Amino acid sequence: MVTPVIEVNNLAKWFTDENHRRSRVLHDVNFNVFPGETLVIMGGSGCGKSTLLNCMIGELHPDRGSIKIFEKDITTMDEFSLNDIRKKFGILFQSGALFNSMTVGENIALPLQEHSEIDPSIINIVVTIKLEQVRMLAHRNKIPSQLSGGQKKRAGLARAIALDPKILFYDEPSAGLDPVTVAAIDELIISLSKKLGVTSIVVTHDMPSAFRIADRMVMLHKGKVLKVGEKREFEVLRDTPAEELTDPNDQLIHQFLLGLGHGPLTDSEGISEYEKIMTDGFI
Amino acid sequence: MSDRTLIKKENSVLLMLRLIGRTTLGWYDKVMSGIRFLGGMTILLGQILWWTVMSLVKPDIRFRRPALIYQMVRVGVRSISIIVLVQMFIGIILVLQMAPTLDMYGQLSSVANIIAIAVFRELGPLITAVVLSGFAGASIAAEIGAMVESEEVKALRAHALNPINFLVVPRVLATVLMMIGLTVISDVMGIIGGFTTAVGFLGIDSQVYLQNTQTALVAKDFITGLFKAGIFGLQISMIACYLGLRVTGGAVGVGKATTQTVVFSIVSLIATDCLFTAIFYIFGL
Ligand SMILES: Nc1ncnc2c1ncn2[C@@H]1O[C@H](COP(=O)(O)OP(=O)(O)OP(=O)(O)O)[C@@H](O)[C@H]1O
Ligand SMILES: [Mg+2]
Repeated sequence: MVTPVIEVNNLAKWFTDENHRRSRVLHDVNFNVFPGETLVIMGGSGCGKSTLLNCMIGELHPDRGSIKIFEKDITTMDEFSLNDIRKKFGILFQSGALFNSMTVGENIALPLQEHSEIDPSIINIVVTIKLEQVRMLAHRNKIPSQLSGGQKKRAGLARAIALDPKILFYDEPSAGLDPVTVAAIDELIISLSKKLGVTSIVVTHDMPSAFRIADRMVMLHKGKVLKVGEKREFEVLRDTPAEELTDPNDQLIHQFLLGLGHGPLTDSEGISEYEKIMTDGFI
Repeated sequence: MSDRTLIKKENSVLLMLRLIGRTTLGWYDKVMSGIRFLGGMTILLGQILWWTVMSLVKPDIRFRRPALIYQMVRVGVRSISIIVLVQMFIGIILVLQMAPTLDMYGQLSSVANIIAIAVFRELGPLITAVVLSGFAGASIAAEIGAMVESEEVKALRAHALNPINFLVVPRVLATVLMMIGLTVISDVMGIIGGFTTAVGFLGIDSQVYLQNTQTALVAKDFITGLFKAGIFGLQISMIACYLGLRVTGGAVGVGKATTQTVVFSIVSLIATDCLFTAIFYIFGL
């Protein structure tokens, strides 16, 4: 039995809004991530994907449960131990989250300057290599506002891999990009995971992209894990006709994977559950 | 009493109760947010001191000298010309306001003493701080707020970089240092403004003016002024960083933080100034 790189156990998170109303966003979430694999976390808008990701990177504190990364529980750590773990992972944020006052090259150099004792001339070379890996060498001296959405993501990715991380988190890598650019970013994700052997966790609701990059998948719905499994199992659910599926959860996943306009996720008036969640909130 | 008036009376009582309830709740919310603000500022001050001390004593935590210098230039240099101009005007205004009254008592030349004390102890630090809250405070709040909104601050944390150490400390130290430096300039300019007006316009003898300025001032006036300047700088930059880091709600939120920074800064500057003046008065400083 391989030890998981990340173990999420009974994770629960509540949010309190400004009217002091509490709503539960994550319900007892459980799953493991194994070394070298690419795990895709998917689910509709507002189902708690970003919340889950933020808990995993130590940005949010869950109310219950544990998240073990390299067998250490990050939910009980102080900032310094957490930072030691953070140095081992890279994150590609949805917008790229580049530091806007620095050039692309400086963005990538920053983690190296801050967390390694590498000589400045060598940092320069490392930056070149990382930029080359994401095909962004030509844009080294641009500032982020001069880049397109796809270029920002590539630059963000170069920064995420600057310190040769063991784990890479991706927050909606395909959001806001055209299908061809999405495919190119997916290629990049796959090649980084193969070349560097990193473990990847990808949050997305872009299904073609999810099926391209995933080894295993987690389906979230209203803050609960509906299904964790190999990509193959999800492909079967996707390709089986809805009438043949008996389990309501399977029907729900089927509708989600195919993006169908009717099914258990949509009510009789054609309003999706996700829209309702976003307007009503849920307890 | 008819039913009608009864209902009316009941309604007005209910209305009154509701009004009282709402006002109380409104006040309660305001007081609570005030307490939260002060608590947050206290925690921030603790963090700033901790990181500053740590970066000086612990070799593995870097003291960000380049960032500090960059921020000092940014905070200070652009505001020099404004402070020079404003403080000159203040010197001129003071002389012209004081002159008729002093002249009545045949004390026209002691306008120099008044200007010296007023500028060094009070107006030098205060006017500089007000100008800087508009210049540095607003721009720091807007900058950090925009960084929060574009996930840059989150990205810093994700790269194991503490935003307090990385963003707040250089800005706060830079503002404190530049506040002190600019106050010196400001003091000098106030005196120059007063001097030129008094000598050129009111015909006071320049030797007498300088003599009076010298006798009026003792070291403690200069030092209490600079001490206040340092505290003012700390206030402005901390308020700006605090409100900037707490931005939510996109561009609107950034705009709100910027305005709030200027308003809160000016109110708290004058309140602190009042407090210090009282303390200095009591202890004869
Ligand atoms: N800071 C917060 N305070 C209160 N509620 C929040 C907060 N952040 C998220 N929520 C709520 O938690 C729920 C889950 O949000 P989350 O951002 O995790 O969804 P998501 O799955 O990432 O959605 P999307 O695909 O649209 O990004 C939503 O209903 C949202 O309104
Ligand atoms: Mg999200």
